[in-house]
Amino acid sequence: MSTSAVLHNADVHTHDAHHEHHHHETFISKYVFSQDHKMISKQFLITGIIWAIIGGLFSVLFRLQLGYPDTTFPFLEDLLGHWAKGGKLQPEFYYALVTMHGTILVFFVLTAGLSGTFANFLIPLQIGARDMASPMLNMLSYWFFFLASIIMFASLFVQTGPASGGWTIYPPLSALGDASSGSKIGMDLWLVSMAMFIVSSLLGGLNYISTILNLRTKGMSMTRMPLTIWGLFFTAVLGVLSFPVLLSGAILLLFDRNLGTSFYLSDIYINGKILPNEGGSAILFQHLFWFLGHPEVYIILLPAMSMSSEIISVNSRKPIFGYMAMVGSMFAIAILAFLVWAHHMFVTGLNPFLGAFFVLLTLLIAVPSAIKVFNWLTTIWRGSLRFTPAMLFAIGFVSMFISGGLTGIFLGNSALDIHLHDTYFVVAHFHIVMGVASFFGMFAGVYHWFPKMYGRYLNNTMAYIHFWVTMVGAYLIFWPMHYQGFAGVPRRYYDFSMWESFNQFGGLNEFISFVAMIVFAVQLLFVFNFFYSIFKGRKVTTTNPWGANTLEWTTPIRPGHGNWPGEIPEVHRGAYDYGKDGREFILQTEPVGENESHH
Amino acid sequence: MTQILLAAIGVMIFVVIFQIAKASEYVNVLKGEEKARRQNNKINAFLLISFLVLGLIGVWWCNDLFYNKTLFVQPAASDHGEKIDLMLYITLGVTGVVFILTQVLLFWFAFKYQESDDRKAYYFPHNTKLELIWTTVPAIFLTVLVVFGLKYWFKMTGEAPKDAIVVEVTGHQFGWEYRYPGPDKTLGAKNFKLSKGANSLGVDFDDPAAKDDIHVATTMYLPVGKPVKFVINAQDVIHDVGLSHFRLKMDAVPGIPTTLWFTPLYTTAKMKEITNNPDFVYELSCDQMCGKGHYSMRGVITVVSEEAYNFWLAQQKPEIWTVRPETAPKPAGAPAVTDSTAAAKTATPVAAVMGTK
Repeated sequence: MSTSAVLHNADVHTHDAHHEHHHHETFISKYVFSQDHKMISKQFLITGIIWAIIGGLFSVLFRLQLGYPDTTFPFLEDLLGHWAKGGKLQPEFYYALVTMHGTILVFFVLTAGLSGTFANFLIPLQIGARDMASPMLNMLSYWFFFLASIIMFASLFVQTGPASGGWTIYPPLSALGDASSGSKIGMDLWLVSMAMFIVSSLLGGLNYISTILNLRTKGMSMTRMPLTIWGLFFTAVLGVLSFPVLLSGAILLLFDRNLGTSFYLSDIYINGKILPNEGGSAILFQHLFWFLGHPEVYIILLPAMSMSSEIISVNSRKPIFGYMAMVGSMFAIAILAFLVWAHHMFVTGLNPFLGAFFVLLTLLIAVPSAIKVFNWLTTIWRGSLRFTPAMLFAIGFVSMFISGGLTGIFLGNSALDIHLHDTYFVVAHFHIVMGVASFFGMFAGVYHWFPKMYGRYLNNTMAYIHFWVTMVGAYLIFWPMHYQGFAGVPRRYYDFSMWESFNQFGGLNEFISFVAMIVFAVQLLFVFNFFYSIFKGRKVTTTNPWGANTLEWTTPIRPGHGNWPGEIPEVHRGAYDYGKDGREFILQTEPVGENESHH
Repeated sequence: MTQILLAAIGVMIFVVIFQIAKASEYVNVLKGEEKARRQNNKINAFLLISFLVLGLIGVWWCNDLFYNKTLFVQPAASDHGEKIDLMLYITLGVTGVVFILTQVLLFWFAFKYQESDDRKAYYFPHNTKLELIWTTVPAIFLTVLVVFGLKYWFKMTGEAPKDAIVVEVTGHQFGWEYRYPGPDKTLGAKNFKLSKGANSLGVDFDDPAAKDDIHVATTMYLPVGKPVKFVINAQDVIHDVGLSHFRLKMDAVPGIPTTLWFTPLYTTAKMKEITNNPDFVYELSCDQMCGKGHYSMRGVITVVSEEAYNFWLAQQKPEIWTVRPETAPKPAGAPAVTDSTAAAKTATPVAAVMGTK
């Protein structure tokens, strides 16, 4: 298979060093409707960064309400008009912000922005391919994402406001305009946008899978692939198998909203009106949603996990410990990801017997997760660690993954979930394990591969400030939230003043909001560093600045269309021969020597 | 004005950081890349170990600050809650040990094995024995937690005892309604199509079982020490009956009734003593996002002695008297209670008599 792949590649693109001089690209074909995987990955990354700023800003706005419930901010009224009458966020808008924060960060940043960027960038470069299997579909994948982005962005400006029923859009709340102003036109836009998003994700995913399976260079057997590729492969498989289920769920919801069907609606009496719908099940939607929603967690996490593995190995100057176990545990996580969705639904009246299976399968995920953690620890053990910004973020990833993973053991155990479900404990759990950890993986990836993307380095000092403020800040924000959870404080509350049981955390909420603003500001520093360094960063002068083994570092400093001038290199070994036989690193392209030790 | 000032300070800090960052990049070039890298490495290794130490102190400090504000300092107010608390402690113990162990190893290794001239990285690609150990040990611990958890799960979600008091709880945007079955101990039939005006719950008053049903809003009374079973409904969107003091919750789904049962262990008055808080109340919070008033969807459960509960129950008028006023007895002069909220209001002075407020 690999041999024919090389031949196929060679037939299509006969590249030589002068190739770029012959081929005149216009601005449009190079930067806009580009079919080059590297350019498409940058498009995903930059769109993702823009969304991250918007999503992050939303969290700062609603943290203002939580932290300073008694203060008015006149500038909010200037900015948001009647959504912040008298300088105070209105509850409807607070919920819209919470909803859009979740939607944007989960889908637009940590799905499209993360795997869109790194699957596109790394798959061809690390497996030794000229480009994706279908550059055309790849381009369409970005443009469907762009279309989804435009529609979602537009929904922020409709008069009744964007969707406000939570990022999980449970009907009937999301199905009935009578139930919430955010469930009017804003919700339709949300659903249409997500449909476009899903098309984008499917086009991308199919492409990633077929590229990995078919276009590996000679010698690049599956078990020689870098872990990044394995992670991105499982991610794509998860997405392709689960996103269509959300699509069907969303389409049925559109029908219920606009065509009078009753898939999710029954027995409803609202605003003095009796609705004619009968026989639907609101819980059906939750099954469809979480059948995507849970794999989605791993769609977000696996790329971060696998990139961190790669970066930890490179910067420890040691092989990743237990390569096969790392692949196997990702495989186990990918399988289990499909079998645990109902652990989000323990308190919906789920059949307890069925619930028991979901408890068992959910807690089973802790086993491959534990294997990964101990393998990372063993990888850095007796290494020779270089704390590049990427390495720091990868270590931060492991720390966050441990902290957030362990609280999953509480929530996956149904009896305990009865108590902790929908409290701040859950907020702390998923922000640490899914939000912060994945962001750390993404930052690690950006810092590590930025030199390959742009031929320049990011500024180190700003990077170190970025890391340390984010690391400390993330723990300061989310660690105390566990205590709010232990106090039973429900999530998604606009104000606690009327509650005897939940109103004791005023000072803490103010503190969290304050730290959140600082952490947000430091992300802006990163964004500045990113764009500044694209143009003015220190130039990369060597093809392999980190001393890594993988193929992307055998390309020119700024690889052109087709990635390698001349032949695609042949691979002779796995990606992790660091420190072997006293040599610091051995490129994958180096043939195995006669006297080389076996392991 | 202060906002402009704050923004200006923000920009200033930003410019300063940028200048320092640029300058240090030039300094690094002058110093030599390799030397600068090693220096950065030392600084970050030191910061990592400091983060570990300060972080662990922070964990302890955070616990010190907030422990008293959590439910840990209150006994669970239901029998199920006691089991949940026990599970919580066991899980905290197990995960706490793993947390400390792994975080300490992570940051300590990072510090200890920072790049150094005296040492080369140790080539150690895999070791089957080690990998088997950390597959099986977590598996064993998890089995214990699962067995514990499922035992309690089945107990809590199992059938309520036969003698349990039944209360129907209905959520709507944005409040709670309760229906007691009355002396016949059977709730009357309901049909959402009958919901109208005073009969907001859509009770079918042609059903004989409905004739003695009692409807109260917001504040529910329960006797201590007797099992109670909630039959939970929602009228419009999904809500959730959140009972943090009892450590329980259950969704309220339109069209699909759910149930939840437990035995309250302490009266509200007793809990005021235990918590040393004269304002203590058992609150019923909506724990499932339900619209703009979600945060204000508050109910109250007042747990009283059995005698007081029976006394209170006897004072309540059947809902049918309000919905079909012609059915109400007409003692001359004294008008019947006219709506359900008034019924709830009359409950308050009764409670005052019983010394629960």
